[in-house]
Amino acid sequence: MSSLSARSIYRRRSRGSIFAGFDPILTGAVAVLLVIGTLLVYAATRDWYAANDLDPQYYLKRHVLNILIGVSLAWGATIIDYRLLRAYTPVVWGLGVLGLIIVLIPGLGAEINGATAWIALPGGFQIQPAELAKISIIVGMSMILSERTHDSDGPTSRDVLQALVVAGLPVVLILFQPDMGTVFIISAAVVTIIAISGASSRWVVALLLIAVLGAFGAAKTGVISSYQVNRLQSFVNPNADTQGSGYQLRQARITVGSGGLLGTGLFNGPQTNGRFVPEQQTDFIFTVAGEELGFLGSAGIVLLYLIILMRAFAIARRAGDPYGRLVATGVTAWFAFQIFENIGMTLGLMPMTGVPLPFLSYGGSSMFATLIGFGLLQNVHARHRG
Amino acid sequence: MNQRVRLSLLVVQIFVITLMVALLGRLFYLQVAASPIYKDAALSIQSRDVISPAIRGLIVDSSGIPLALNRVGLAITVDRIELDKQSDKGARVLGSISALLGLNYADVYRATRLCGELPKYDKAGCWTGSRYQPIPITKEADSEIALQIVERTSEYPGIGAIPVAIRNYPGYAQVNAAHELGYVGPVTEEDLSGKNGRSYYRSETIGKTGLEYQYDSFLRGTPGIRTVIVDRKESVTRESQNTQPISGNHLVTSLDVHLQAGVESALADAVRRARAGGRPADSGAAIVMDVRNGQILAMASYPTYDPNSWEKGLSVKDARALFSEKNGVPALSRSLQGLFAPASTFKSVSVIAAANAGYNLNAIYDCPSETQIGTRAFQNFDSKALGRISLKKGIAVSCDTLWYQIAYDEWVRDGGLRPKSDLNDYFFKAAEGFQVNKKTEIDLPSELSGRLANRQWRKDWYAENKDFYCNYKDRAAKNQLTPFLIELARENCLDGDKIRAGDAVNFSIGQGDTVITPLKLTQMYAAIANGGKILRPSVAKAIVSTDGRVIKKIGAKQLGTLPATKATLNFLQGALREVVTAGTGTGAFSGFPIAISGKTGTAQVFGKNANGTAKSDTSWFASYGPTQNPRYAVVMMVSQGGFGASVSGVGVRKIYEVLFGVTGSKVDPAKAIFPDGKPPIKIPKISPATKVKATN
Repeated sequence: MSSLSARSIYRRRSRGSIFAGFDPILTGAVAVLLVIGTLLVYAATRDWYAANDLDPQYYLKRHVLNILIGVSLAWGATIIDYRLLRAYTPVVWGLGVLGLIIVLIPGLGAEINGATAWIALPGGFQIQPAELAKISIIVGMSMILSERTHDSDGPTSRDVLQALVVAGLPVVLILFQPDMGTVFIISAAVVTIIAISGASSRWVVALLLIAVLGAFGAAKTGVISSYQVNRLQSFVNPNADTQGSGYQLRQARITVGSGGLLGTGLFNGPQTNGRFVPEQQTDFIFTVAGEELGFLGSAGIVLLYLIILMRAFAIARRAGDPYGRLVATGVTAWFAFQIFENIGMTLGLMPMTGVPLPFLSYGGSSMFATLIGFGLLQNVHARHRG
Repeated sequence: MNQRVRLSLLVVQIFVITLMVALLGRLFYLQVAASPIYKDAALSIQSRDVISPAIRGLIVDSSGIPLALNRVGLAITVDRIELDKQSDKGARVLGSISALLGLNYADVYRATRLCGELPKYDKAGCWTGSRYQPIPITKEADSEIALQIVERTSEYPGIGAIPVAIRNYPGYAQVNAAHELGYVGPVTEEDLSGKNGRSYYRSETIGKTGLEYQYDSFLRGTPGIRTVIVDRKESVTRESQNTQPISGNHLVTSLDVHLQAGVESALADAVRRARAGGRPADSGAAIVMDVRNGQILAMASYPTYDPNSWEKGLSVKDARALFSEKNGVPALSRSLQGLFAPASTFKSVSVIAAANAGYNLNAIYDCPSETQIGTRAFQNFDSKALGRISLKKGIAVSCDTLWYQIAYDEWVRDGGLRPKSDLNDYFFKAAEGFQVNKKTEIDLPSELSGRLANRQWRKDWYAENKDFYCNYKDRAAKNQLTPFLIELARENCLDGDKIRAGDAVNFSIGQGDTVITPLKLTQMYAAIANGGKILRPSVAKAIVSTDGRVIKKIGAKQLGTLPATKATLNFLQGALREVVTAGTGTGAFSGFPIAISGKTGTAQVFGKNANGTAKSDTSWFASYGPTQNPRYAVVMMVSQGGFGASVSGVGVRKIYEVLFGVTGSKVDPAKAIFPDGKPPIKIPKISPATKVKATN
């Protein structure tokens, strides 16, 4: 791990400037991904929109706008003292829960692809509260698990239970949408936060057990909607259903596989331009990279993610206090599992869920949330013990 | 940060690294290791073939007159891509176009569905082509209506009109030749499955029977293929290949239009005369073959049908009529699919059998009114006693009883019901020498082979039917339980596996279980005429390319030689001449100026017609001519037509009249079909100008 030698370099450079606290490697990797994502979103939508007599740059423009908004949100998340953020944590959490409740009220929530996960706003914009709920859960849990009302090494069982309530309420609300992908990602992040909080390892084992039993039971008792079961089944046998979710998975794999080593070249993918993969600019954005940039390009993207995650782990490890460490770890786990879930689904390793790919997928809520997450990482980095 | 937290963080970090490595591994598998599979899959998702059929080659007679050509029709087509974009999926447009064209909406709907869109059990009429080419709903639109449609595109979006080639059988000189030419039709899912060993492109028109089927691979040409790349909505984004269709080659046949027309009318006339005489005359066949090379100069089957009926749009009712018993199954070619007992025409085989058995052909034989065979008396034809006559005379007047005696004597010599180990079987061997049990190998599909009721056949038959005859009283229907039939069943059960005396004597006069096709008999008489060569009959002479090059010549092929010495053949030829000069054929050929040789046949048929009357005899006349230097073998058969001489004999005479240009007893060589007396050898020139105006 190069972080030992790299540490001294950027600590020296960052001191006292307006970029104080910015991790250059992390920032650079995110910036490169944002540029690649912009090109991929454009590639995914350009021909199709032109062919249907629509503005070919429709998605491009909105994507760039989303990035600009997201970057300013990241900026805000960076410069605010996260110790101050702690004071606002209940408000952030409360807003997240409120959003999730509004989504479930008929008439206010918009149903897309079988899940009621969006709130329609005027001007054709939509907000996905579950994305922002991820941040409120991470921040809220971190606050509870890092506060020490007593002189002990780690959080007590009472702290853990409180933290689980903080995470549990939004998760239950998301289950009602239902958005299994987000539930999976949040659950994985929750377990990770508790594991890192210093709480008894029995909690970790128990939570993992509950997660497994819960997933099994949900599938058995029908808590998961038939739409979800279909998606899960088509993961097991993608050739069974030619037009539904199996179709999407098969098309996704064919599109990625047909890219080969070098790809067809940006904007030149016949599968992409023929729009054979539905939702290609959002959940299946990675197929564009697969087809047009080939193995070299798409493996490069995975490596960029690996760099981001390794930097994030380094930030967590060197965080100035338990709160910062837990926030950084939570964000890292969120990114890692969401990346794995999304690309894994595209490549046929994971069941199909509607989860966007951080920094690449088109979609405002996801872009804002991931950039705020990125901002929080920078924030923790800037205030590491030094 | 304590040690445990540090460790936990490390575990999570390693876990996350593992996940990312798993993604990289999977990515490597999909994009590098398994990439070729996915590249293929992507290509098949994106590309669609549009087939434009090639122009089918002509079928012409030996002088170049077209028997099958292509007519220009006006097709009204439906663009499915355009229709599917409409809010009602084109229902309104299809409805109004059906009404305008006077077509049934349900039929039009079916015709515009891809076969995959219709349920498995009900695919009739579906479109075998792709969605990307215009689907024709009629090929014979009125030009006024077509103009209306083209002018009012806003009212009929997705409907177009294009000229298309329609297969047409022009019927020059009123020729029909439906069974020989066959017909074409759209390729079906079954054809595409490759069951018949041929490969087709979707939406092609292919030969279904007859010459159209036999020489389809030459006639069809190579269709043009345009491969387009489409998107998910099936809109064409670009074209990846485009090959032009290559026209099919022409087929030159040995048929002659005028002779064919003459043969068809002679056959129809024979049927008419038989019916006037009170016979059902349900079907018939007539064939003219060149005895030197096996080429079929004319071939007709009765009843027939209009070969253009398929392209005109065959209704289900029409199609049923083609195969209905009531109409005599017009679809069946009697020439090569009708099996009938050959009767006295088979005595030519018996002559060779007797000669090979050592009988003196020039001796005198007894022709009594009946011959006692075991306990049964076998009658002569009409129970006439003709006394002691020469063998030649016996053939000329068609004496049966002299053959009974010879066949019975030979049967006894071979051991009778306890056959010896070294059988002579002169009669069976002579028939085998004529290849009675084999196909003629004509170049037309669906030919049936004859049935030679020899010892092996009888054994096989017994193995199959023993159970029925030995339990006859339980198995047979009530109305079949007559004393005679019960006795017959008992005998069949007892020794049905053996050739009995009755079987042997019946065999010698072409009765019993032996049956052959009219074409087989033509092949046999051609062999007698040409000195013993069994030739493969052929309808095709050559394949000629559109630029006039001869691609393939179909030559003569000898399949075998008759098991007869030259002396035997000479005797037989003389006897067949005497049939016409002083025998059963004399009346039919009285005053005919050219020497013809032949043999009558009147075959008894057992069983009853649907209306309960006993079946009438099969009328045969097998012949060749001229007697000196024979050129043509001519055979006519009329099923349930009655006497061989009066029905088929007269019919064959009419065929020779056309062939040689005979009126009454005068020959006019200018009127002969082949002015120099020989069918043409040269391959005629075929040009589009040869097209003859459609007469129907």
